[in-house]
Amino acid sequence: MGVESAFGEGYITTTVDALANWARKNAVWPMPMGLSCCGIELMAFAGPRYDVARFGSEVFRFSPRQADLLLVAGTCTYKMSKVVRKIWDQMPDPKWCIAMGACASTGGMFRSYPVTQGIDEFIPVDVYVPGCPPRPDAVINALMQIQEKIGQHSVLMDR
Amino acid sequence: MTFEQAMDAFRTAFSGSILREETHRGELTFYFKKTDVPAVCRYLRDQTGFNFITDCLGTDRFTDEERYEVIYHLRNLTQAWFLRLVTRVDESDLTCPTVSDIWPAANWMEREVFDMYGVTFTGHPDLRRMYMPQDFEYYPLRKEFPLIGIEGSIPLPSGGH
Repeated sequence: MGVESAFGEGYITTTVDALANWARKNAVWPMPMGLSCCGIELMAFAGPRYDVARFGSEVFRFSPRQADLLLVAGTCTYKMSKVVRKIWDQMPDPKWCIAMGACASTGGMFRSYPVTQGIDEFIPVDVYVPGCPPRPDAVINALMQIQEKIGQHSVLMDR
Repeated sequence: MTFEQAMDAFRTAFSGSILREETHRGELTFYFKKTDVPAVCRYLRDQTGFNFITDCLGTDRFTDEERYEVIYHLRNLTQAWFLRLVTRVDESDLTCPTVSDIWPAANWMEREVFDMYGVTFTGHPDLRRMYMPQDFEYYPLRKEFPLIGIEGSIPLPSGGH
């Protein structure tokens, strides 16, 4: 981010943090990784009934370059893990990650050789959402927790 | 020609090759030696009109002799006939003749059987693994393979986090 680089060491104020965090919090652009059935619930989360636009996250970006939240929804196989990791690496900092559903969090009921036992084996996860699949309100709750986490962020952490 | 007539003609043509036959819930199954499979399949396609291979799959019976089975599900789409062929493959010689030159659809199905059980299909044009990584050392649907897999056999991506 350009703004922070204009300040030298020691000149960052909490006001700048508050401003940047306010902007980031209310414009979390998710990158949807709908890998299986949770992806359907993810669509409901973005749709008009649950309406995530109220939280400023309605802009689903299908390019990782424009996203700051990776929403992994569903069963991640070993084959897909490389893709998820690559997309995560392509996202600009600062970035956050939600593991949506039992499969993304722990492998879920797929305790078998092709399925990774949780996406935290290869990418850092900020919020885990339980459920199979979770209701859209649970995902909204996860988004609010992400917003809370963004609130504690300092622009000093970006460098 | 009814299904019974077609099968009677098939039985007389291959009386020496058919090891066993059984009917379960109206579905007919023939057992063959694996060396007879290409001739049988070619006959069934050309003379009996089984123009579609629905499935080609493997099983692991976990027996000392003739451990693996390769099963073919055939359909005659004009008459709506169904037929199942079974051939057994011993662990000492894990090969089976391909039928991908008879039904091209069998190509990927045989690759899957190879991927999961390690049965090599001789004459197959492109016998690579179907689902698992090319350098994977195991055959996951064999009975002795642990369900959770073997730790470290498939590397996970890592990065600087």
